[in-house]
Amino acid sequence: MKQFLSFVHKEFYHILRDGRTMLILLGMPVVQILLFGFAINMEVQHIRTVIFDPAQDAATRDITERLTANPYFHMQGYVYSSDEINKLLQRGETDVAIVYEQNFNENLVHSKKAQLQIIADASNPNTGTIVAGYVTAIVGEYHPHIPYRIEVENKLLYNPEMKSAYTFVPGIMGLVLMIICAIMTSISIVREKERGTMEVLLTSPLKPGTVLISKTVPYLALSFINLITILLLSYFVLGVPIQGNLALLVAVSVLFIFLSLSLGLLISTLVQTQVTAVLISGIGLMMPTLILSGMIFPIGNMPEPLQWVSSAVPARWYIAAVKKVMIEGLGFTHVVKEVGILTAMVVFLIGASIAKIKNRL
Amino acid sequence: MIAATNLHKAYEKVTALNDLSFSVNDGEIFGVIGPDGSGKTTLFRILASLLLPDSGSAGINGWDVVKDFRKIRRIIGYMPGKFSLYPDLSVEENLRFFATVFNTTLEENYPLIKDIYQQIEPFKKRRAGALSGGMKQKLALSCALIHKPEVLILDEPTTGVDPVSRKEFWDMLERLKSEGITVLVSTAYMDEASLCDRIALMREGSFIAIDTPQNIINRYTETLWAVQTENLSASLRDLRAHPQVKTCFAFGNEHHVTVQPDLPVTGLQCYLQEKGYSKVRINVATPTVEDCFMALTSET
Amino acid sequence: MESEIVINVSELTKKFGSFTAVDRISFDVHKGEIFGFLGANGAGKTTAMQMLCGISKPTSGKGTVAGYDILKENEKIKRNIGYMSQRFSLYEDLKVWENIRLFGGIYGLTDKEIKEKTNELLHRLRFESERNTLVKSLPLGWKQKLAFSVAVFHTPQIVFLDEPTGGVDPAMRRQFWEMIYEASDRGITVFVTTHYMDEAEYCHRVSIMVDGRIEALDVPGNLKEIHQAQSMDEVFRKLARKATRMDNG
Repeated sequence: MKQFLSFVHKEFYHILRDGRTMLILLGMPVVQILLFGFAINMEVQHIRTVIFDPAQDAATRDITERLTANPYFHMQGYVYSSDEINKLLQRGETDVAIVYEQNFNENLVHSKKAQLQIIADASNPNTGTIVAGYVTAIVGEYHPHIPYRIEVENKLLYNPEMKSAYTFVPGIMGLVLMIICAIMTSISIVREKERGTMEVLLTSPLKPGTVLISKTVPYLALSFINLITILLLSYFVLGVPIQGNLALLVAVSVLFIFLSLSLGLLISTLVQTQVTAVLISGIGLMMPTLILSGMIFPIGNMPEPLQWVSSAVPARWYIAAVKKVMIEGLGFTHVVKEVGILTAMVVFLIGASIAKIKNRL
Repeated sequence: MIAATNLHKAYEKVTALNDLSFSVNDGEIFGVIGPDGSGKTTLFRILASLLLPDSGSAGINGWDVVKDFRKIRRIIGYMPGKFSLYPDLSVEENLRFFATVFNTTLEENYPLIKDIYQQIEPFKKRRAGALSGGMKQKLALSCALIHKPEVLILDEPTTGVDPVSRKEFWDMLERLKSEGITVLVSTAYMDEASLCDRIALMREGSFIAIDTPQNIINRYTETLWAVQTENLSASLRDLRAHPQVKTCFAFGNEHHVTVQPDLPVTGLQCYLQEKGYSKVRINVATPTVEDCFMALTSET
Repeated sequence: MESEIVINVSELTKKFGSFTAVDRISFDVHKGEIFGFLGANGAGKTTAMQMLCGISKPTSGKGTVAGYDILKENEKIKRNIGYMSQRFSLYEDLKVWENIRLFGGIYGLTDKEIKEKTNELLHRLRFESERNTLVKSLPLGWKQKLAFSVAVFHTPQIVFLDEPTGGVDPAMRRQFWEMIYEASDRGITVFVTTHYMDEAEYCHRVSIMVDGRIEALDVPGNLKEIHQAQSMDEVFRKLARKATRMDNG
């Protein structure tokens, strides 16, 4: 036990004496939160919109007025054929076209079912989805009977103001915890190999497993500080409320921290130099976390094979769970799937790292 | 004692150790002497239980380096090639850390490392990264000694260290030997051979000789001449050009020359004078381990 | 020696904060001379050498290397010197000829020059069969010989060698010194540090640094006479023992 504590003590010296790294580790979440929260604004404004309205009745006029009144939309006017819409979209002269069916109001009143088509320029799938989301939201306000796609519905229900910060906070939590736990842990272990100190530690009575576990303690502590920083910043600065149970949120985060730590350990048992560790962590962890976790690009918009790949990205499940608990305010029963998958991943990774731990060089 | 039988280790294409067998007696300083890449580090890592041999076996004080590696690690003190210290920890922090790792304390074993540690103690608050080569070496040795090992395994502890610090280091090893510690040490500096009780000359994974330095020198059968002239580089070329000169190597301010038996010293003297050298002095030279190493390696 | 002076420094000093790494050193080195630059670890050798190579700016003092001012013309100095150290010599993952081409290119040689000189160099080293070998699979002694050849490939006025023979086997070490002699005969000045005291005897002149100052500078024979020593090793120990500052890196 004394050996273990002494080792942990030493690890804290390493971190505390490396001011620059320390600053990056503690400053990174702050900068990312502010960056994603303010600078990189994913909200789409001034959506250029045209209307094709063969019905011209009370209902369609009302919806059109609502769209016109909404600051997100820039109404360009009416068009009179679908050919015209295609041309405008192709030339990039408009972003979205709203098409009402004939006898829109009549159908709505009589059969409680009217159709409205949203044609959006989806060359940027992100913008496309968001635009479609806005329109659906506004239409939804007018009449609940107009059908719209379920996944869009979810997004709108829980993010009614469509603030992008809401979707980013869980993403940043996933990214930061992944970087600190996995990358930093693996680097700090590999550094011992590079310096040759691992040789001495291996020839000591200290068990290699003890070395690895004591390496994770400081990063566990750092991750906790970061988790708290992110939550405080997002609550007070970005105004993102924590809807759900805080204890559940923390518990899910701790699970994810363990997962990242075991990933870091696994990497460290496989590589010999710090450069390789950074490369593997960077390409193997950072990129998938940024791109495939749903943090920036919606998973639903990805081609099917990529969706499959994204299932293997731990951050995807963590981010999904955080969204549910933190933003949507759902309870444990709604995140059983995510928690289950994350737990399975932890068990697998810890098992793999234990199998890989060597008593020798 | 250390005993190794038919140790063999290969990396992909290169054979690092080629069926090595040797033994080191209790309380002796045993030097493994050979250039970089001769396999010294591989051998030492196997003995320190850090690498597995492909075949053959080795034991330290009766414990097998493969099976009983936990026991081995308790009784050896190992200092790897690059002095393994934490540059961002202070001298004292390094020492205390390694003490705890080895289940002991600085105070408990202070008497053993006292002589060495006292030399660096004035700088105990200094970070190890800011120490000079000689001082890092002393700190690394203190760390390797902190748990009172029975056997000390030192991989090139004097590489890159200046002659004065090197001499001090060997004096320390001498003192540790008097404490009953067995020392296995490797070096690329041939002049350090004479400071060992026994040496093994190593080249390309094999020992080309194992004996006391004196016996190795005694086995040098050629007559060795030390030739001095006023122009060392020119005379080196001229000596080599002589058909009856077998070998000629520069040794400090003279050349060590071996010749065919039918060339008398006076003949060599005349040859050089004819070449225009005025200050020619030729004496019988005592061979050094370095001469032996070169003679033995040129045979193979 | 009345030949041309290629290195001339006076009162060269380098301070790091309150610590004086190099303390007012002054000396001349002549064309074609083999100048041994000795000193204990931490005596200031590396810092002094960095100033001469134009990669570290002196705190005070002045000097010229290869005819250029070390304060103002360090870029020109770099074009006229060669450098080789034990740690950085060649790119391990490049082939022998690729390394030669790379360094030839860095020093601005034309493709034709590089081609001709590469063939000549490989022939002289009897290295033709290794032309396409990756440097990392060469034995250390060969690497060092190749690294030296590359360092003098562009026929610099001066070549700086930082512990070039550390860990090299005895026969190779001597072959290496024969290459140094050859370079010196061709008029290239050789500025060399070493921890092998027998190698100090091979130098035309030797300086010994202690605590940032040059404590002795002469031909090896005179140094031994003045200090009543049998070997350079003894001279070195007598002088280095005077050091009071053993506490720096």
